Amino acid sequence: MGWLRRQRYLLDFILASLLRRKGKNLGLLLVYSLIVFMLASVMLFTHALKREMGLVLQASPEIILQRIEAGRHALIPEDYLQKIGRLRGVTARKGRLWGYFYDPAVRANYTLMVAPERRLADSEVIIGSAIARTRGIGPGDYLTFRAHDGEAYSFRVRELLASDTELFSADLVLMSERAFRISQGVTEGWYTDIVLSVSNPLELEKIAEKLTLRLPDTRPILREEILRTYDAIFSWRQGILFVLLLGAILAFVIFAWDKASGLSAEERREIGILKAVGWETGDVLRMKFWEGAILSLMAFLLGYLLAYLHVFHASASLFEPVLKGWAVLYPAFRLTPVIDGLQVATLFFFSVFPYVVATIIPIWQVSVTDPDAVMR
Amino acid sequence: MRKSDPLLSLFALLAGLFLWTLAGSTRSPQVAAERLDPVRRLVSELGLSDPALFTEARYTRHLSQADLHSAFQDHPMALEHFPSGSLLAPPRPGAHGRGE
Amino acid sequence: MRIVLEDVHKVFNQGRPNAHEAIRGVSLSIEPNRVTCLKGASGSGKSTLLSMIGCLSRPTAGRIHLGERLLSGLPERFLTDIRRHTFGFIFQQFNLISGLSVLENIMLPAYPLAPDHRQLTATASALLDRFGLAHKARNPVQWLSGGEAQRVAICRALINDPRILIADEPTANLDTRLSRDFMEQIRRLRESGRTVLITSHDPVVFDSPVVERVIELCDGRVVGG
Ligand SMILES: Nc1ncnc2c1ncn2[C@@H]1O[C@H](COP(=O)(O)OP(=O)(O)O)[C@@H](O)[C@H]1O
Ligand SMILES: [Mg+2]
Repeated sequence: MGWLRRQRYLLDFILASLLRRKGKNLGLLLVYSLIVFMLASVMLFTHALKREMGLVLQASPEIILQRIEAGRHALIPEDYLQKIGRLRGVTARKGRLWGYFYDPAVRANYTLMVAPERRLADSEVIIGSAIARTRGIGPGDYLTFRAHDGEAYSFRVRELLASDTELFSADLVLMSERAFRISQGVTEGWYTDIVLSVSNPLELEKIAEKLTLRLPDTRPILREEILRTYDAIFSWRQGILFVLLLGAILAFVIFAWDKASGLSAEERREIGILKAVGWETGDVLRMKFWEGAILSLMAFLLGYLLAYLHVFHASASLFEPVLKGWAVLYPAFRLTPVIDGLQVATLFFFSVFPYVVATIIPIWQVSVTDPDAVMR
Repeated sequence: MRKSDPLLSLFALLAGLFLWTLAGSTRSPQVAAERLDPVRRLVSELGLSDPALFTEARYTRHLSQADLHSAFQDHPMALEHFPSGSLLAPPRPGAHGRGE
Repeated sequence: MRIVLEDVHKVFNQGRPNAHEAIRGVSLSIEPNRVTCLKGASGSGKSTLLSMIGCLSRPTAGRIHLGERLLSGLPERFLTDIRRHTFGFIFQQFNLISGLSVLENIMLPAYPLAPDHRQLTATASALLDRFGLAHKARNPVQWLSGGEAQRVAICRALINDPRILIADEPTANLDTRLSRDFMEQIRRLRESGRTVLITSHDPVVFDSPVVERVIELCDGRVVGG
């Protein structure tokens, strides 16, 4: 109780003292919060995105079989479906038809895909919301492609892919098999790749091995590899964002160090006065501790909460230009708030601890000197 | 009124919000999974392997299928053509190892 | 509480070439409930002696007794504790913390003792009232005139209700009229039963009827009183 009361008095004092240089300290708090905000945004965003990818990609095919020709991904003949032969554990196999299409009108890359289950008429397409946004079209409108042979084909947009699937469907154009083959020049008997369903994940390795033996010109891509790819995405060391941030952080560290450690003659005198009127060395240190703690805690909480709002309620809009890069299409998506406690704890430690230490250390020397200095 | 009063109330408020964000994250996996159901259905229907986040080029659009065999390497760290290349980790050894 | 000094020495920078003995064997007994003045030229060791009595520093040799207790030799923690309960300080440059309000400055010595906040505010306000400064309570101290700052310094010295008041050249920054006012305030403090210890080389102080005993220092030795 007494202890609490004492800390409150120290808070009173340090607040009054901080408010004397209101502009400078508020500026410091602002910059500090901004740095935490950037770091926290990156952390929350990548973590939530990774989680979401992980959950969704569980539904992607267990094995994708690509044929390689002259070292490049090539079309795969239909009879490979038979050539695979009987494989224990493979429950389904089918050929996929998909490809890319560059739309010079908006300079965007689309992903064309055949979706047999949608039973599309040959003159119909289903498109992703980002395409609809970029081209300014909707259901009932027409989308015209210049095909491989120079002919122009017009497709009626039957519907849009649900906007809550945009993270995966933004640039998709679904069409019928015939429409795809004619417009893209993929003759009958060929597919883009083959997907295999496997019921028991333990058998995957074995099956992949058999596949490369039976069909030496193919390479199987396992779902686990896909998941691993997206687990490594945005790994901490990569990214211009971090390089940029590093600069900002360094600048801040210099600024904070200067602010926190540079004891002015004025501050030395004040500490002398405090000691002379009966403050212990410990009181002075505690008071300084609170100064560092108030500023850094406030900056941490503000920065973190703003980052939370930014990532989960404002669609991480500040990252859009970075992620979008040169692309024209960009999915609008809302991530589910998931937070990694350890990450937040790390952020907390590295944003609060160094600053508090930087405020206390220089005070040490001054506060252990004799209090009779004020008599001179 | 003491100077520490508004400060402490502000801290209480911010700390409350902070804890709320943490708690929100632990109670939501169920909701999150349900929310993702349409996406998962689409992914399994079409056999999608990659998100439509980077549509700049083939190898960024289908990162998991970027091949390591071509003369002009089509993988993100090969040569920086696009800004997203700097965000993507190069494939780890073994991640695409089969068949090479 | 009687203050007794036995053969007190203070050497600055001991063991180094610039060593300087500021106090050279002072033995004194200062009576309680009296106003005592340490008089002497600048550099005679008044402040040094006062800071040792007020537990701000320690003698190099000799003993200082405060009532029953032996001060010399106590660790810093205890000295601080004694200092804040027993002594109130008024410094030559007032030593108020600028930017803080008058009220905050006065309450400062009580912070480490952490009394009830409402009670402390009441005590501080009562003190300000007594010294005619109630209307200035919320002002920052740098707006005060010299006389007002001096009275704020007195209020601050009194906030923990100390038995002994120590004032180091309190009138050095005041004109004659304000110095007389100050001595008047000292008289009232004396009447409330406090021991007052002043250093000064100002005749307004040591010739004042309020001062009951004058001790003269010269080059770190007692030469009269
Ligand atoms: N910290 C110190 N280090 C070295 N010399 C000091 C120190 N403090 C005081 N002195 C010297 O001690 C002598 C007495 O100083 P002081 O007690 O301040 O005198 P007064 O208050 O009577 O003017 C002076 O010669 C002064 O220079
Ligand atoms: Mg002096």
